[in-house]
Amino acid sequence: MIRYILKRFFMMILTIWIIATLTFVLMNAIPGSPFNEERTSNEAVQENLERHFNLDEPPIVQYFIYLKSIATLDFGPSIKKPNDTVNDLLARGFPISAELGIIAILVALVSGIILGVLAALRHNGIIDYLAMMIAVLGISIPNFVLATLLIQQLAVNAGFFPVATWQSPMHMILPTLALATGPMAIIARLTRSSMLEVLTQDYIKMARAKGLAPYKVVIKHALKNALMPVVTIMGTLLAGILTGTFVIEKIFAIPGMGKYFVESINQRDYPVIMGTTVFYSAFLVFALFLVDIAYGLLDPRIKLHKEEGN
Amino acid sequence: MKSHTTQSHDHIDPNSKEIPLDWFKPLEGSSDSSNTVVRPSLSYWKDAWIRLRSNYIAMGGLIFLILLGIMAIIGPYLTPYSVSETSLANQNQPPSSTYWFGTDNLGRDVFTRTWYGARISLFVGIMAALIDFTVGVIYGGVSGYKGGRTDNLMMRIVEILYGLPYLLVVILLLVVLGPSLSTIILALTVTGWVGMARIVRGQVLQIKNYEFVHASKSFGAKTSRIIRKNLLPNTMGPIIVQMTLTVPTAIFAEAFLSFLGLGVQFPFASWGVMANDALTTILSGHWWRLFFPAFFISATMFAFNVLGDGLQDALDPKLRR
Repeated sequence: MIRYILKRFFMMILTIWIIATLTFVLMNAIPGSPFNEERTSNEAVQENLERHFNLDEPPIVQYFIYLKSIATLDFGPSIKKPNDTVNDLLARGFPISAELGIIAILVALVSGIILGVLAALRHNGIIDYLAMMIAVLGISIPNFVLATLLIQQLAVNAGFFPVATWQSPMHMILPTLALATGPMAIIARLTRSSMLEVLTQDYIKMARAKGLAPYKVVIKHALKNALMPVVTIMGTLLAGILTGTFVIEKIFAIPGMGKYFVESINQRDYPVIMGTTVFYSAFLVFALFLVDIAYGLLDPRIKLHKEEGN
Repeated sequence: MKSHTTQSHDHIDPNSKEIPLDWFKPLEGSSDSSNTVVRPSLSYWKDAWIRLRSNYIAMGGLIFLILLGIMAIIGPYLTPYSVSETSLANQNQPPSSTYWFGTDNLGRDVFTRTWYGARISLFVGIMAALIDFTVGVIYGGVSGYKGGRTDNLMMRIVEILYGLPYLLVVILLLVVLGPSLSTIILALTVTGWVGMARIVRGQVLQIKNYEFVHASKSFGAKTSRIIRKNLLPNTMGPIIVQMTLTVPTAIFAEAFLSFLGLGVQFPFASWGVMANDALTTILSGHWWRLFFPAFFISATMFAFNVLGDGLQDALDPKLRR
């Protein structure tokens, strides 16, 4: 187990390093380099850039200074906002994005699992078909379509919810719904198929034969095992939620990190794009690392060190 | 039958060691009909087609996609308007007999643009799937077939690429390369082929140890022949399913990029670009500008997803009833 964790940890560092290097190389490959004086708007910005990237040094020295700044979690200045650094933007935006993301992933998990279990228990029944119809629709309708649909119907026309921004719990409902539906659909489908498989196992028959209450069989014996595949895709889902926040925050005008990121792309604010990309990637890769370890701890049947090469 | 045996028993001399020849006469009426092939033999693909045909939802998806493909080709010619022709007099017209899907804020015909957008969106999706297919099959095939150290090294690279956050890499590449039709397809496929490579490698690893491959080898078949004739046809099922699911992913990714301002640029218009341009209409009430592209993105993704699910069931011989 320790060996496996170490190996995963090494892979994680390697991946982050590759992303950081890729970002650096790509940004330096832009014709006329984003750090050139013509690109910047004023002297304060140019000074910030000089200080952070040491532009008078040769590229290789710049590269190592850049790596060092990333290792110390200093993501550099912004071109368009002279008074802000990427770290300032992160400190302001990330808590809001995290709030949105965590609520969405919880909603997706709970509703997806309930939907999947109900569908599996009523296999080929009406509930099953309904649940799977919802799931396929949830996968097919892009989150931006759902978001605009929700705003138009429930906020503008019916007036049940506020149209945009992020203030009260009422403001949170629509963005969370729009963000959570896709992952929910994926979780529901996965839970259903693995539940169906688990329910045919001998130990379930055994538990039933012992006379255990049906809900106990489902929750204690079946669900516990059926959820393992859901754990494996948590990393992918998290990535989906994270990129989903870019669009959702833009549509609902939520002042989160995603909105700043989209802004920086539209304004070609390269240091912010660089810093945010590296930050997001490191965050995701770290989450994947945790998921991998959790998987190893949760499922005793898997001997992790034998998993490699598969 | 019973009478026949009792009859022959009467003639037997219990002391004889010879078995009388008439014991070996074929039974009356039992000709060789049980061994003749009545129905035509089914190939894997015919069998899969029959099973797919009985799946109405998947067939609905397939028919929708065929119609969509036809409309993407002929749709823009059904109206007198061009894609980028603006008309100040006809801004934001609701759907009518002159403008079937209405017009947008520059007076462009939404019907024409919808089918033109279908071309772009489908082109991006299908090209991405084809490139993923080509790279993934070659890479995964070599890795799985060679095995050993080569496989180990190639899979390490895949593992690292797989760990990179897909859309973030795509965004980064497009920021640098600048968005255009070709760079979007390139960015979507730079790491997109990894999933396909993993599937092909897993299949090849499994199939290359089957008897018929050994038989083929012992007859002196060359590696290229084994890959072409033995391995590829038998991995086609999962590959096709994966391709069917790659297309909607790419279409979604392109629409997503449009929302970040990294979609295809003027004069092209994909569904994503149209939907993004129409976002402001939520408040102005010009619903048709958003509705048509959004509807067709969703319906296309839905069709590809149900078709992919159906193909998955149809192409898996284990699920055969």
